[in-house]
Amino acid sequence: MSLPNADDRPSTDQIWSWLHDVPDPEIPVVSVVDLGIVRKLVWEHDTLVVSVTPTYSGCPATAVINEDIESRLRKEGIKKIRLERRLSPAWNTAWISESGRQKLLDYGIAPPVEGTGACGLGRLRITVCCPRCRSIETENVSQFGSTPCKAAYRCKTCLEPFDYFKCL
Amino acid sequence: MASKNTTVSGLFEFLLQMGDSCLILSHRNSQWCGHGPALEEDIAISNISLDLIGQTQLWLALAGEVEGAGRSADDLAYLRDAFDFCNLLLVERPNDDYGLTLVRQFLFDAWHLPMLKGLMDSTDKRIAEIAEKSVKEVAYHLERSSDLVIRLGDGSAESHRRMQTSLDELWSYTGEMLEYDDLDPLLISEGVVPDGVAIADAWNQHVTQVAKLATLKIPDSDFVRRGGKNGIHSEHLGFVLAQMQFLQRAYPGAVW
Repeated sequence: MSLPNADDRPSTDQIWSWLHDVPDPEIPVVSVVDLGIVRKLVWEHDTLVVSVTPTYSGCPATAVINEDIESRLRKEGIKKIRLERRLSPAWNTAWISESGRQKLLDYGIAPPVEGTGACGLGRLRITVCCPRCRSIETENVSQFGSTPCKAAYRCKTCLEPFDYFKCL
Repeated sequence: MASKNTTVSGLFEFLLQMGDSCLILSHRNSQWCGHGPALEEDIAISNISLDLIGQTQLWLALAGEVEGAGRSADDLAYLRDAFDFCNLLLVERPNDDYGLTLVRQFLFDAWHLPMLKGLMDSTDKRIAEIAEKSVKEVAYHLERSSDLVIRLGDGSAESHRRMQTSLDELWSYTGEMLEYDDLDPLLISEGVVPDGVAIADAWNQHVTQVAKLATLKIPDSDFVRRGGKNGIHSEHLGFVLAQMQFLQRAYPGAVW
């Protein structure tokens, strides 16, 4: 059996575009590429090596994301795939793409305000915009909301609750 | 217990200490799920459990790799009995009232954060990576627990009383976190694990500062309860494991 020609293998650009179709299981409007979860794509002979990084240590979606990436690629006919978990550099919210942030906002989740991650001392007061009415008169209800990555906020103008994607 | 003659077994035990403390604390916190005093607290404490169990997986997976006997993180979590666990005695304390749960969390977080910061400089890159990943999550934990200790300590007469009682009760369990006597000295001399004095200083400083803002009195005693890190546990761990390991004990070898 001969190795496929380098020309037969899909380009990494093509593969990135396929991975744009893999949604985050929890927030399906954003893809695993938007979130910066897929770090690198490299062909090693006939094996595609995909470097992925976990968002939060205990994120239950991590296993599902890995399976979804693999099945999307197999659907395009890629037979040999190796998913490599890369812990360092640690995932951070600055890796969320601009379009990802806009999609979060449109979906009703306020995107992270960069540079405001916790440091273990007093909590910073940050200005978070309400995704519904865009008011800045919002308040933090709890730093831990529906998932570990999100905080629960309330808008004092339209009175609706919403999730804020914490800066990590 | 594994012999302390080699650095490998010393490293294995250190990794178990980190992973087991996260695991048992995660389980203790998860016992509040559905029973929390307020909805937001129920959710917050469950989310923190989730973070901690994620970190457990990282530590125990590395422990299994270092041990080299083919044990996975799941094997280590679900197939060991109490005398092989190396968690701090502090984290196996029963939940009691929510005040005790919060003080327990605060005292642990105040150690966990500086410890992880120190481990980011570990000469063992695998450890440095896990610390780098975990440190940002734990910063959120410490912010929350410090905030709640202050609000409840400097709260009503009732909340103050409960927080002070909890601090008095848990104080003798804190010394074990700050001691390094049980660790293989090579781990420290080779820079795998940070200097214990710096961690203890950071802990003391933060706890003193928060207690002051919380109008809580730091207990006078320097009595230290120890043994957890060496597999000598209270009876509570047995009950925790019976619940946590129920599935594996009832259906040995079960897999998803």
